Amino acid sequence: MTSLLDSIFSVEFLFAVLRVSTPLIFPALGVAITAMSGNINIGLEGIMLIAAFTGVIVSIYTESLMLALLAGVASGIFFGAALGYFHLKLKADIILAAVALNFLASGLTIFLLIVITGGRNTSALRSLTFPSFSIPLLRSIPILGPVLSGHNIMTYVAFLSVLVYYIVMFKTPLGLRIRAVGQNPDAARSVGIDVDRVKLYALMISGVFGALGGLYLSMGYVSWFSRDMVAGRGFIAVAAATMGSNLSLGTLLGSMLFGLVNTLTIYIASLDIPSDLVQSIPYLATVIVLAVYSARNFAPRKRRAAHRRRQRAQAHGKDT
Amino acid sequence: MGTILSIRDLWKIYPNGTIANQDVSVDIEQGSVHAIVGENGAGKTTLMKVVFGITQPKSGSISLRGKPFAPSQPSDAIQAGVGMVHQHLMLAPELTVAENIVLGVEPKNAGVFFDFDAAVRTARDISEQYQLSVPVDKRIDELPVGTRQRVEILKALYRNAELLILDEPTAVLTPQETDILFQTLDRLKEQGKTIVFISHKLKEVKRIADTVTIMRAAKVVETRAAEELTIEAIAERMVGHKIDLSRVPAPEQVGAARLSVRNLCMTRDDGVQAVKNVSFEVAGGEILGVAGVEGNGQTELVRALVGLLPVDSGEILVGSSDIASLSPKEIRHLGVSHIPEDRMEDGVAPLMSIQENIIVDRYDKPAFSTRLRIFWKKVLAHTVGLITDYRVRAGSPKHEISSLSGGNIQKCVVARELSADPDVVVASQPTRGVDIGSWEHLHSLIVEARDRGRAVFLVSADLDEILKLSTRIIVMYDGEIVARFDDASKVTATDLGPYMLGVKRQEADSAAVSA
Ligand SMILES: Nc1ncnc2c1ncn2[C@@H]1O[C@H](COP(=O)(O)OP(=O)(O)OP(=O)(O)O)[C@@H](O)[C@H]1O
Ligand SMILES: [Mg+2]
Repeated sequence: MTSLLDSIFSVEFLFAVLRVSTPLIFPALGVAITAMSGNINIGLEGIMLIAAFTGVIVSIYTESLMLALLAGVASGIFFGAALGYFHLKLKADIILAAVALNFLASGLTIFLLIVITGGRNTSALRSLTFPSFSIPLLRSIPILGPVLSGHNIMTYVAFLSVLVYYIVMFKTPLGLRIRAVGQNPDAARSVGIDVDRVKLYALMISGVFGALGGLYLSMGYVSWFSRDMVAGRGFIAVAAATMGSNLSLGTLLGSMLFGLVNTLTIYIASLDIPSDLVQSIPYLATVIVLAVYSARNFAPRKRRAAHRRRQRAQAHGKDT
Repeated sequence: MGTILSIRDLWKIYPNGTIANQDVSVDIEQGSVHAIVGENGAGKTTLMKVVFGITQPKSGSISLRGKPFAPSQPSDAIQAGVGMVHQHLMLAPELTVAENIVLGVEPKNAGVFFDFDAAVRTARDISEQYQLSVPVDKRIDELPVGTRQRVEILKALYRNAELLILDEPTAVLTPQETDILFQTLDRLKEQGKTIVFISHKLKEVKRIADTVTIMRAAKVVETRAAEELTIEAIAERMVGHKIDLSRVPAPEQVGAARLSVRNLCMTRDDGVQAVKNVSFEVAGGEILGVAGVEGNGQTELVRALVGLLPVDSGEILVGSSDIASLSPKEIRHLGVSHIPEDRMEDGVAPLMSIQENIIVDRYDKPAFSTRLRIFWKKVLAHTVGLITDYRVRAGSPKHEISSLSGGNIQKCVVARELSADPDVVVASQPTRGVDIGSWEHLHSLIVEARDRGRAVFLVSADLDEILKLSTRIIVMYDGEIVARFDDASKVTATDLGPYMLGVKRQEADSAAVSA
């Protein structure tokens, strides 16, 4: 136990938290931007998977990281737009459309993987990876240096993306329109805004975020593609963004909370505890966090709490 | 000056079969104020929605400045210089006033970024220019509904509409605000703009309109110069009989206090004191009217009474039970019903049917359900009964409630709340948006509840309503009760004015006076 504590309060642990959070931050931003436009996007799982796959394949065939990045992002945008097409144009329920696309992504990548490798061991497909990056001045600061420096470049991009998200959402006309559409589509329509188009843009941008997350998974976190490697991150992202009220900082913190839990899981796995139990921790954490979160917003409870506070204050007043 | 908008033989039939406009033809003169009046559900809003491109007609034609005009979406209409202030507010609740005003035509910084400061400046400028004061950097959901209405009007003015459609813009404005709005409209008219004005307040129509079109049951009854019509004549043509504005006789007997509020204090989320040490009682068999400019604490007070907002201190007693820690449902079970000021927000679930909206407070009664199932036939019969009693103009109880006209939605809410046979009725703007015929009818139902010994707490921006119905009147200003009148029959609007504006107040501890 002490050894576990030791390892948790270590530089390596904190470093790992940032690493593990990266593939959650990206999709959480994707969820957040669509949520702001009034849609729930559970399709990030599929978007990440497709982009992870596209990136690996393109990097192998072209040996160009740049092309792999571009192709991956393009696949994400395409996927986001496809979701928009089904939901906005064909009027399919967005949850159903996203579930369908998630299955499609899973099946399609497995199929193509077999076609390309001819059924051989898939880890034969060694991908290029994004480089790590050590930050010159930061590196030499004690503790902070080793935690913050030396990460894969995509980890820094993730943090940068939070800033980008903030700017798009709160500092551009598009962001204002996305929020207006999410809060009251009729209001947006009545001032001449094309509601469907704004929602489509939000889905496409979420495709970009999701793609970056997927690319990091297969080309940074590890260096290969394996089936269903996203492993529920696209869904945990929904919880993370919801917890953060879809705001930039909130979404970041939400993602990092889940990153922390996941990292803990990795560390606890070294103890003598049934691994099935350990693996359920992140999901349990999701359920608990969401339950606590929604209870907090329950109006009658708020009133009762205010009432209790008041009674305590009165009782206190009588004592003194 | 010539005709700016000409509507010819227009038919509008909604997908559920409702004929909302039948062979409607209207010409609107450039530079005039053209009023459209008519009963709830007569088709006024629908006609304007067609002109604004929100919905498309089945047949007929429109021309704007002599050219054919068939907007397929609001942006077409906006580009053609048409602006509309909607009957049900169209604002993004979590955006600020300034953001709502510039939405769609946002000022930019360096070509890419949204320039919030410029938006605030612009909003402030036009708010000053048109003398409609709004707190430009507050969020919409922090504002009372009257202020929101002003934001809507500014939104349309900001877009520089040549033809401005105002669908019941004054329904929630105070008389002072209405005066200011009318001065603005006069000025706009001088600048050559054209205004289409829909209202159920015929005094206003008479004051502002050059031409009046009267609609009834989807058709135009007639269009005439306003000076050829008296208020009584318009009313008669609309509803087919004379309208009675006289006061309701005082109740024969007043019972014990049913609702008592003592030293109530409330703080808004932004830290401002909304309600300051308010105390009053409402007894069975009387109507206590609250006069006051909207936004002086009435909204918060009402929400506390029905369990929607927490209070800082003080007591609210229904009968002898303190309701401070009860949920809205528990409060309803004590016999309190609530007609909310904003029907679309707190009154109905817009996408559910009329019958579902009617039974939300009573679905669990044995008459309508067991634990496992709901008796839809009984629900249907019950709803049909209420629709008849309350004169709601509705196709079928199974239609979505938002397919009703504004006034008819309001009548559904009132029907549900009064038919619950409550001990205490908390009514906030109960007749907002209903036509004068129904105005009268709902009043008689409220008085009937009073005469059955119920306690009625009435908040209204409509002074005629307060004066007509109230047994006693209190005036609220800045969160406080600044005047009490124990005999409403001797009070006039002029007596209330100075208190409502905060220029006069009764001594805090002086006994209630009769003016
Ligand atoms: N979206 C809709 N779907 C179906 N029917 C509708 C819809 N909107 C309005 N109606 C119906 O069309 C008729 C006319 O409604 P409209 O809203 O134009 O009336 P109005 O004259 O504006 O009434 P009010 O004074 O109450 O606002 C009503 O019978 C209403 O039920
Ligand atoms: Mg209407």
